Amino acid sequence: MLNVENIDVRYGAIHALKNVSISVGESEIVTVVGSNGAGKSSLLRAIAGTTKVSKGSISFKKQRINSLSAPSRVKSGLTLVPEGRQIFVSMTVEENLLLGAHSRTGSEVKNSIESIFDRFSNLAERRNQLASVLSGGEQQMLAIGRAMVAKPRLMMLDEPSLGLSPILVSQLFELIKELHSQGISILIVEQNTKLALKTAQRGYILELGSVRQEGTVDELAADKILAEAYLGESN
Amino acid sequence: MSGYLAGVLAILGINIIFAYSIYITAATGQLNLGGAGFQAIGAYACAILSNEIGLPISLTLMFSAILGGAISFLIAFPVLRTKGVYMVLATFAIAEIVAGIILNSSYLGGPTGMIINTYIETEVVLIVAIIVILLSFYMMSTRIGLAMRAVHDDEAVADLMGVNKRAIQVGAFALGGAIAGLSGGLYALYFGFIEAQYFNANISIFVLLYVLIGGTQTAWGPLLGASFFTLIPEALRIGDDWRFFIFGVIIVAMMILRPEGIVTRDALDRVSTRLFPGKSNV
Repeated sequence: MLNVENIDVRYGAIHALKNVSISVGESEIVTVVGSNGAGKSSLLRAIAGTTKVSKGSISFKKQRINSLSAPSRVKSGLTLVPEGRQIFVSMTVEENLLLGAHSRTGSEVKNSIESIFDRFSNLAERRNQLASVLSGGEQQMLAIGRAMVAKPRLMMLDEPSLGLSPILVSQLFELIKELHSQGISILIVEQNTKLALKTAQRGYILELGSVRQEGTVDELAADKILAEAYLGESN
Repeated sequence: MSGYLAGVLAILGINIIFAYSIYITAATGQLNLGGAGFQAIGAYACAILSNEIGLPISLTLMFSAILGGAISFLIAFPVLRTKGVYMVLATFAIAEIVAGIILNSSYLGGPTGMIINTYIETEVVLIVAIIVILLSFYMMSTRIGLAMRAVHDDEAVADLMGVNKRAIQVGAFALGGAIAGLSGGLYALYFGFIEAQYFNANISIFVLLYVLIGGTQTAWGPLLGASFFTLIPEALRIGDDWRFFIFGVIIVAMMILRPEGIVTRDALDRVSTRLFPGKSNV
């Protein structure tokens, strides 16, 4: 479904991504793990179209999307839940969801929004309240709900567990599995490596802007360096 | 209606329309300090169409808006490449260029100005103002309005929501220019005389203040801001020479007490919660 081939991303003199290649198949959960500054968020932003790639190719549903703008990528079924939720706090919960459905038109939008309220009762109770009054967990649910109403084929999540309590994190990953069961492919960038590897089917380890290793989650979990660096295990 | 009251109401109507022209642009996060330039374009277009061609009032007003919008649309592309203070300066420069062209054009009356042969009553200004207010409120309640607010709040995230920020910003800038042109047309037809010196930097600054003091978060902002700036100085006439000093103090106090404007979404939410407990509706 998604093929990223040999992409480079540069911010001036900083070479954030070097020759990175990843792929996400139909109905697959793929994770990208790595430390701070490894280039994980840059990778997602490059796929979403908000950061330009200086080299390489990005294809989605067998079509090269390098030249597509971020809104066109959303329309084609590719959404990103950005790091830190980034919901619009001056808008109501419902307005945030309406905005998530901006790329869609027609009466189905209303049904999609109602289905989000059916799924998240906390949000339904606060549908006309400003999003600023939501708790961190509710804001994350809203951010995911906002991405869901865009009817994505591939949803990318950037550090979704950031700042959430352990209970909320576990609920969040249950939700991600539920989305996957509905046929949505998932690409998740996460610092909580244990949880990411537990949820995903395949993964990539990103280090200093390059893919250091890729494989099934079992293969990655067996990696000695990964175990020491990210899973807190040592011999 | 007394002549004085009719005059104040007409100025109020024109100021409100003018304020919405700047608000529409500000609602997408862009500050336009060239309002007077676009108002002048509408005023002079109206004067020429009325004097030279003799078009009916409705058509002259329509063309004032169309010309203001068309020129804004063309200017939007280079102007919107700038951001923040640079954009403010760019729009300010456009207004100065427009004033300079008018002052140096004998066809446009140069520094002596132009007399307009037709005129309109206060009621026309007020009806147009009400239409502009209602359309602005309506637009801000649609998905376009939502997209404008999203671009205002966070361009990058708006992009991720599928909002074409460039189209929204250019569209808002052009629409703002059209409304400013309309306000200029009304000004020309109501007062019957226009001169380049009127469309100066002070006018651009004041109309931006209407919006900033009123608040850019909701469509109530320009309505309240323009009313505040038009009616308070009139009410302060009892203070004779002190009225501008008192008005200045009130503006400073407003900026300290309500830095985000008189009306914010948060304030509307609180009022709504009090009026309709259990159902907040911003």
